[in-house]
Amino acid sequence: MAVLSESIRERIKALYSKYPTRQAITLPALHMVQDEMRYVPLEAVKEIAELLELHPAEVHDTLSFYGFFKDEAHKLGKHRVWVCRSISCVLRGGEELLAHLCEKYHVHPGQQTADGKMTLEFAECLGACEGAPCILVDDNCEMNMTPESAEALVDKL
Amino acid sequence: MSRPEPVLLARINTPDSASLETYRRDGGYEALRKALSMAPEEVINEVKDSGLRGRGGAGFPTGLKWTFLPKGHPGPIYLAINADESEPGTFNNRILMEQDPHQIIEGIAISCYAIKSNCSYLYLRYEYGKSYRALEKAIQECYAAGILGDNVLGTGFKLDVVLHRGAAAYICGEETGLIESLEGKRAWPRIKPPFPAIEGLFRKPTIVNNIETMACVKQILQRGAAWFKSVGVPPDPNNPRDAGSFGPKLYCLSGHVNKPGCYEVPLGITARELIEEYGGGVPNGRQIKAVVPGGISMGFLSASELDTPLDFNGPGKVGCLGLGTAAVVVIDDSASMVDVLYNCCRFFSHESCGQCTPCREGTAWMTKIMYRIRSGQGELRDLDLLMEVASSIGIIPGTTICGLSDGAAWPVKNAIKKFRGEFEDYIKAGKSSIKPAELVAAH
Repeated sequence: MAVLSESIRERIKALYSKYPTRQAITLPALHMVQDEMRYVPLEAVKEIAELLELHPAEVHDTLSFYGFFKDEAHKLGKHRVWVCRSISCVLRGGEELLAHLCEKYHVHPGQQTADGKMTLEFAECLGACEGAPCILVDDNCEMNMTPESAEALVDKL
Repeated sequence: MSRPEPVLLARINTPDSASLETYRRDGGYEALRKALSMAPEEVINEVKDSGLRGRGGAGFPTGLKWTFLPKGHPGPIYLAINADESEPGTFNNRILMEQDPHQIIEGIAISCYAIKSNCSYLYLRYEYGKSYRALEKAIQECYAAGILGDNVLGTGFKLDVVLHRGAAAYICGEETGLIESLEGKRAWPRIKPPFPAIEGLFRKPTIVNNIETMACVKQILQRGAAWFKSVGVPPDPNNPRDAGSFGPKLYCLSGHVNKPGCYEVPLGITARELIEEYGGGVPNGRQIKAVVPGGISMGFLSASELDTPLDFNGPGKVGCLGLGTAAVVVIDDSASMVDVLYNCCRFFSHESCGQCTPCREGTAWMTKIMYRIRSGQGELRDLDLLMEVASSIGIIPGTTICGLSDGAAWPVKNAIKKFRGEFEDYIKAGKSSIKPAELVAAH
């Protein structure tokens, strides 16, 4: 049975005219699948390859380069929470912030909480250094975090 | 000190700054209209005359880069915009994209007209969700208003701008890594030559430019090359290879400083002036220990080098790699250089794409050695070992395809050379500075 939803197929096809090669749609397609399914199943790799007229190995080759995309064993929770661990954030408490969230929600970076609500991750520089330490909730950046404000943010998810 | 009026940031923090309506009210797209009334070569000459050097990190003269495109090429020619801003400490492009996306699109349209490109791909790092939404909306507004599409401002010039999101990989900021990633492949940088201007995106002639560079292009067309050249620092007469450091620059200030932020200042301000006059100094009366001059891959200034001008020439004179992205990170005397350097090494090891063995292995081993030192198990000879690894990875020693590991090597070389005493004391004391917090988060 096909794993790509009709909506994803349509959205992938809508991109055909924007690029001179179909392969260029690999990242957009992987984003669509992971946004919806919280990981990229191998079956989806095959179906993306079919649409993009590629060998599944070519899609998988690209997928496996980006740690951003997850396989079934590392399925993401409903939300991704990234804590920045690069220099500007670490000078202002980034490591402590990450450790606090790990302890509070009983996860290591890369794991999801028992209720599946969030996957906690570390990130390299999120580009919000004027508001260090910062975290990214899905793709929304939150600046000047404290352990308390980060916790409040996660609890609202 | 009286501060110069911002130009690139003039519209930042004004109401509804991202909308087409306010942008047009402020005279937006008039520079594009002016460019479209000129010959493309005239636009290139205007940018060449301005002395604009790319704002992405390498500082290559923008107009000159444009002339490397093959003459009379039947097309397509592409403009790839590098918005994969990922160098630690850097956030100027994010502010421009989030708050003034039309300034960027106008710069892109002018540049495309100049290089005879009808299609621009804007490669945006995934983490910038707010930028994505601001740009997406701005692009749609432009299509609806006839600023993009088949008939730009009624002139018959055709232009499409496509927004393309990355997937959280630093190497995509390397221009050929970006091209590979855009093509749907792993972001492994290409061996050069051929340079992208000859054979780039989809194997076609391609110019890769940075976001801030696009904002500068728009301002140069609006205000003229002479205005741009009246700001900044002229070439060093003793250095025939110096192309000068003209124009305003967006400096990103972060770390141990009272007022972190993005400041628009003429190129050439010293690190000390920037930190004291714009950043309000260091909190809690502490002393500066070190300053990153332009993203961590540029290395460190020591406390005695703070009067270094942050232009394209200055940081190199005191052993740094260059101006880089002009991301200035202040490190005060409460921080340990051992911890700071470990953080830098870990970053590059995590972000090495793995294509070249010296980089993949070198960055990993430097991180391991730094971890050993940090955990109190280091030996004095580790410092020489670090220097040996750092000296053997990168395009400067000629062992890798791209410059990522030159950037990985530089903080190591600078830190050990400029702060050797601190490293030796740390090793001799045999103590660990790894915080319990970090062990919790280790995986």
